[in-house]
Amino acid sequence: MPVIEKVIDETPYIRTFVLDRTFRANPGQYVMVWVRGVDEVPMSLSYENAITVQKVGDATSAMFGLGKGDRLGVRGPYGNGFTLTGRSILVIAGGVGAAPLASLAELAHSSGISVTTLLGARTKTELLFAERFRQAGELRIATDDGSFGHAGFVTQLLERTDLSDFDGIYTCGPEQMMARILNIVKDSMLDRIQLSLHRYIKCGFGICGACCIDPEGLRVCADGPVFTGIRLANSEFGKYRRNECGMKVHVQ
Amino acid sequence: MSRDITIELTGLHLGNPVLLAAGILGSTGASLKRAAASGAGAVVTKSIGTVPKPGHPNPTMAETACGFLNALGLPNPSYREFADELRVAKEGGVPVIASIFGADAREFREVAEGLAGADAYELNLSCPHAEGYGAMVGTDPGLVEELTAAVKDCTRAPVWAKLTPNVTNITGIGLAAQRGGADAVVAINTVRGMAIDIESGYPVLGNKFGGLSGPSIKPIAIKAVYDLYEALDIPVIGVGGISSWQDAVEMIMAGAASVQIGTAAGRDPEIFRKVASGIISYLDSNRWELSDIRGLAHEVTYASD
Ligand SMILES: Cc1cc2nc3c(=O)[nH]c(=O)nc-3n(C[C@H](O)[C@H](O)[C@H](O)COP(=O)(O)OP(=O)(O)OC[C@H]3O[C@@H](n4cnc5c(N)ncnc54)[C@H](O)[C@@H]3O)c2cc1C
Ligand SMILES: Cc1cc2nc3c(=O)[nH]c(=O)nc-3n(C[C@H](O)[C@H](O)[C@H](O)COP(=O)(O)O)c2cc1C
Repeated sequence: MPVIEKVIDETPYIRTFVLDRTFRANPGQYVMVWVRGVDEVPMSLSYENAITVQKVGDATSAMFGLGKGDRLGVRGPYGNGFTLTGRSILVIAGGVGAAPLASLAELAHSSGISVTTLLGARTKTELLFAERFRQAGELRIATDDGSFGHAGFVTQLLERTDLSDFDGIYTCGPEQMMARILNIVKDSMLDRIQLSLHRYIKCGFGICGACCIDPEGLRVCADGPVFTGIRLANSEFGKYRRNECGMKVHVQ
Repeated sequence: MSRDITIELTGLHLGNPVLLAAGILGSTGASLKRAAASGAGAVVTKSIGTVPKPGHPNPTMAETACGFLNALGLPNPSYREFADELRVAKEGGVPVIASIFGADAREFREVAEGLAGADAYELNLSCPHAEGYGAMVGTDPGLVEELTAAVKDCTRAPVWAKLTPNVTNITGIGLAAQRGGADAVVAINTVRGMAIDIESGYPVLGNKFGGLSGPSIKPIAIKAVYDLYEALDIPVIGVGGISSWQDAVEMIMAGAASVQIGTAAGRDPEIFRKVASGIISYLDSNRWELSDIRGLAHEVTYASD
């Protein structure tokens, strides 16, 4: 079990846990993180040796109680991750959705691909990895409360962006945000947009079927979590998901 | 010419004898349809009960050096919600078998009636890690007979009884299901097991223990199917550790009328077509029919005979 080497406060609610183990993974792949006695939850790799966690409930709160020298169970990496293509890409990150995208932006930059990032958060202090995105290319920021950059949603920045400049669009964040993005880019770029999905993940191996999405029965944990717009355009995405019991609940 | 591997199983017509096992990729109609499109001869749903259940806390699955441990804890949305998924699953064009569980005869009946339209019912008498359900009822021959009879009583669809290997005498349980009127038995469910994290002493699964699946349990399943085939008059459906056509052929030689694939289907959702076509090539090259190899292990002769 990996040992936590360092904990970095990224924002008041987001921390990075640097581990003593390196994972060979594509940006967008995730690991299952076991907090003993509490729960096991999926987390994207935010660096090759780290996860970046937003405190939202039991497991993530328990992680916030851990420090240097403590252990976390980590299995993976799992899932497909993003596929980098083209010479110029647009990255759209909302909240903790920046976690898998910062390494993607860095990889693109180091491969000579030009990167433009639209980064959104509720408020200035919750902006994640702004410096990493800035180092990788051009950065535009939106905050819901207007405390930094554009006052409003990151999707409004997107509406003002000329998409013909980009060979690919990569996004991760709240489902409502990504659903809006999918509407904005519609048709013209559906095959060139990649979205990282959040569904309740149990096994992570692709075996149990809890995270399958309609109508193709694709497994978010193994066939995803990254899907192209084409796969999601006429799917449950943006409409509903299934909870731990497998009951449909509306995406709000 | 390629061999015909269609079969009649408890009155159901199957395009091939390779089925999706319960609880793997079976939580939604779409995912069951995907298994059908990948060549499964029939698909079995996740086990469904009377009320929504979130199942056990994560970790619900762990990989060991010799197979997977799971303790999902029968998560399911209840038959009321699942009825819709069943309708979608049936669009897949192959028989859909509803796996059902309950604490007593009344609950089993309620779920079976709530999932009317299923092509058959598979009674989960064998989940090794759900308190009060599954193997808790499936180790008692009297209860097995009673529950099987109760469901037989309320439906005209075939009823299969799925057995646990976690008993001293699986044929005793199989005979009880047969007495209760089961049209077939399915063997085996997972083998009770556990793993412990040696850095902390914590059991690895959220439920502490669970059931082992995958290649390591195949010899256990082969023996169970072999024994059940000898003892019972009804068909035996073989499941446990099948991940190739060779495994399927071996299971059929032990006496299985058809096979189910669980864990390996999660690793490769396209496995059904591969296994089915492997069986066809095998039969072709030996100039055998499927019926020639079923139970073959019971018919071979020894020099000492
Ligand atoms: C592929 C993937 C990558 C992710 N990457 C990150 C990341 O890099 N950083 C980050 O902060 N969060 C990430 N998440 C979300 C993270 O898994 C949840 O925030 C976490 O599970 C919450 O657990 P909790 O016990 O603290 O909260 P809870 O109180 O249990 O629940 C809060 C929310 O988290 C969801 N959740 C709980 N358990 C799971 C589970 N097993 N699978 C999926 N969702 C669950 C619940 O549905 C609920 O919406 C990712 C999710 C997925 C699917
Ligand atoms: C993740 C998982 C979930 C399962 N869920 C169920 C279930 O709901 N009902 C059931 O009867 N069997 C369930 N099983 C047991 C399988 O159907 C099968 O009997 C067992 O896994 C052995 O086959 P395998 O080695 O091919 O996986 C489950 C198995 C696994 C691995």
